[in-house]
Amino acid sequence: MNQLMDWLTQPWPWYVAGPLIGLTVPALLILGNKSFGISSSLRHACAICVPAKIPFFQYNWRKETWNLVFVLGVLIGGFIATNFISNPNDLIIAADTRAELQLLGINEFSGLMPAEIFSWDNLFTVKGLLFFVIGGFLVGFGTRYAGGCTSGHAIMGISSLQWPSLVATIFFMLGGFLMTQVFLGPLMNWVGF
Amino acid sequence: MQVLEKNTKDAVCDAPNSQDSGERGLALLKYLILGILFGIVFVKAEIISWFRIQEMFRLDSFHMYGVIGSAIVTGIISIQLIKRFQIKSTSGEKIIIPKKEFRKGQVIGGFIFGLGWAITGACPGPLFAQIGSGFTVVLVTLLSAIAGTWVYGKFSDMLPN
Repeated sequence: MNQLMDWLTQPWPWYVAGPLIGLTVPALLILGNKSFGISSSLRHACAICVPAKIPFFQYNWRKETWNLVFVLGVLIGGFIATNFISNPNDLIIAADTRAELQLLGINEFSGLMPAEIFSWDNLFTVKGLLFFVIGGFLVGFGTRYAGGCTSGHAIMGISSLQWPSLVATIFFMLGGFLMTQVFLGPLMNWVGF
Repeated sequence: MQVLEKNTKDAVCDAPNSQDSGERGLALLKYLILGILFGIVFVKAEIISWFRIQEMFRLDSFHMYGVIGSAIVTGIISIQLIKRFQIKSTSGEKIIIPKKEFRKGQVIGGFIFGLGWAITGACPGPLFAQIGSGFTVVLVTLLSAIAGTWVYGKFSDMLPN
């Protein structure tokens, strides 16, 4: 039992986590004939709360309730993992990344997320504008425009050998590389890091 | 071929519910449990971590590539097995995987999402797990992502597609 707890509290390696995530694809198909995808939950939220007679949000969202239940589960899963089987040690990140982030002004590396960025204190600051408002907007707008996110395209789409999903995934990565390697440094300087 | 491939035009969205029979109440519990397991993996593999996403885009670690790559390989094998053995869903229906058609949005929208992914350190799934992990300010990011989705829906007719 102690050994099991030891193992559960350690960070899980990619070759454990990746296949478990991949198994979500057949699990959803077999459990209820459902295609894996998470960004559609954001669309359902719009369809339920502010459809505003926009054709894009006029559909039977009640049939897609399962998707909202699934993401509620993801939130609860995050709570359980963090509160009951969390890693007692600091996150180990690559030395190069750590050094580059330190140059950008990040000094706190103890949690899963940098406390210097993801805190309520930053809400009404330029930091908050960049990391929460602009970042979140790009995620929501981009995934919907692309017709899916990493789960819908990179995992479900490529798993079912659909080339448009491969194209989408390549552009997800290109956008990420460009932001990280070119824009993020100047942007972080600008918001006060 | 037991697995049908439907055209997306008659599907409602990118991750459609292809099940014909309705599900309510307790029948939805299985998706909650699956989501919980999924969220636990997200945290335990640290892929909800902003630091890990930075590592990935700085090419300093194999971790995220290993996670995504092995998830895809597992998915491909699973779908091939479902097709080969004509496995049906638990309600006895043929398993349907809607076909995705190429649109310009996968290039432009995909690129825009990538920019946001590197800033927030999260794709939509991890956003929910981050909130559950106690980074409650990510609720603001989530609301902004919902706003972004709404703005896309509002102006989708005017965008190249």
